[in-house]
Amino acid sequence: MNLFDNFKDPELCKVLLDRIHSELDGELRFMEVCGTHTVSIFRSGVRSLLSDKVVHLSGPGCPVCVTHDSEVAAFLELAGKNAIITTFGDLMRVPGPDKKSLKSAQAEGARVKIVYSPFDALKIAQDNPGDKVVFLGVGFETTAPAIAATVKVAREQGISNFSVLCFHKLVPPALDALVGDPDLKVQAFLLPGHVSAIIGVEPYRFLAEKHGLPAVVAGFEPVDILQALHLFVTMRGEGRAEVVNAYRRVVSDAGNPKAVSVMNEVFEPADALWRGIGLIPGSGLTVREEYAAFDAMRVFGMELKDVPEIKGCRCGDVLKGKLSPEKCPLFGKACTPAAPVGPCMVSTEGSCAAYYKYRV
Amino acid sequence: MCLAIPMEVLKIDGQSAEVQVGGTRQTVRLDLISEFPEVGDFVIVHAGFALTRLDREEAIATLKLFEEGLNIELV
Repeated sequence: MNLFDNFKDPELCKVLLDRIHSELDGELRFMEVCGTHTVSIFRSGVRSLLSDKVVHLSGPGCPVCVTHDSEVAAFLELAGKNAIITTFGDLMRVPGPDKKSLKSAQAEGARVKIVYSPFDALKIAQDNPGDKVVFLGVGFETTAPAIAATVKVAREQGISNFSVLCFHKLVPPALDALVGDPDLKVQAFLLPGHVSAIIGVEPYRFLAEKHGLPAVVAGFEPVDILQALHLFVTMRGEGRAEVVNAYRRVVSDAGNPKAVSVMNEVFEPADALWRGIGLIPGSGLTVREEYAAFDAMRVFGMELKDVPEIKGCRCGDVLKGKLSPEKCPLFGKACTPAAPVGPCMVSTEGSCAAYYKYRV
Repeated sequence: MCLAIPMEVLKIDGQSAEVQVGGTRQTVRLDLISEFPEVGDFVIVHAGFALTRLDREEAIATLKLFEEGLNIELV
C-alpha cells in the first residue's frame, strides 16, 4: 500500500470511530470551515458513521458561498465592460441581482473565460495585448498567494493589460467574528488544512486562549478527520482546549513564509463583506498602492454598490451553522444544483450542494 | 475551492515544474514554495502553483503515533 493511502485505511477508521464513540462524554458539536472538508466528510461516508452525539456543522468555508451579493454585482458590472473576464469555473453560475450570472452574461456576449490558474489568465493577457484582461480574485489564504505571485510576474514582465478584482477573504478574522456570536453553539473547530499550509497554526491560537475552544488543523482523508474528532474527545476528557496541528505531512506550524510574504507584498488587509455575516474588520485583502495598476477596481473606476439580497435565500444562516441546509424552505424544491437560488447550492463545495448530493 | 492535490515532480525548469498524478501531467509554478522540491518529491498543487512539499517523514511519524496510541500495525 502507498504510504499516504494509510490515511484512507478502513480498519484504522473503524478503530478511531470506536474510540470516539466509546470515549465521548455528552454531545460534540464541531464546525468545519473548509468546503473541501464539507465534501470529504460526506463523500467518504464519515458523516453517516457518526453517532447522533457527534454533530457536524458546516461553516463559512466555501469562498464562492461567502462572496457577498455586492461583490457578485461587481463581477457582472465588469462583464458589461469592454474586457476579457477570466475566472475559476466555480463563479460562473453564482446568481447575482436580477438572477443574472457570469454564465448568462457570457450567453449575452460578454467575454468570460474559465481558467484553472491565475497564471493562465496572465497568458490570455499576453496573447491579447489589445484587450484588458481581468482575473476575478476570490478565495482564502490558500488561493490569494497564487494570485499575488501572478500579479508580481505581470509587473516584472511589463504586462500592463492585466488586472485583478480582489475579493479575497481571510479565515481567522471570520472565525473571530463567528465565535463572538452568542447564538453559535460550536464546541470545537476543524481547521482548514490548506489555508493552514500557508498561514501556519499561530493565527488560530485565540480560539483556545481567548474562547477556550479546541481546534485541530486537519487533512482531508477520512483518517485525518476522525483523528481530529478523536483529539477533540481526548482534550475534553483531559479538560484541555488547545490548537493542534494534526496535518504535519503538509502543514508546518510556521506555515509557508514565502507564500505569506508574496501575498503581503501585493495585498494588504481590508474590511470585507461576507454573505450572511456582513462586514468583518480586517477580513479581506485589497491591492496595495504600489500595485494599483493591477487593481481592477481602480483600473475601471468601480465601487461596491448596495444590492438587494436574494429573496427567500437562507444561505447566510447556513454559512453561520444556524440552519441545516435541509431545513431551508427552498432546499430541494425551488433550489437544487440544477437550478440553484443561492450560492451554497451552486458551488460543488457548498453545504447545500453537499447535503443535496450525499443526503442519507 | 481550497482543494489541493498531491502531485509527483517529474522535471524542474526554473520557476516551473512538470508534475503528474494518475496519468495527468501539468506544468505548475514554483514561485510560492519555501523549500524547493526535487524530482520524485510530491508537492501539494493548488490553482497551478505548488504550495508545499508533502513530507514523507511526517506522514510516517503520524502513522507511528497511531500504532502506539491505538495499538495497531500500519507502517
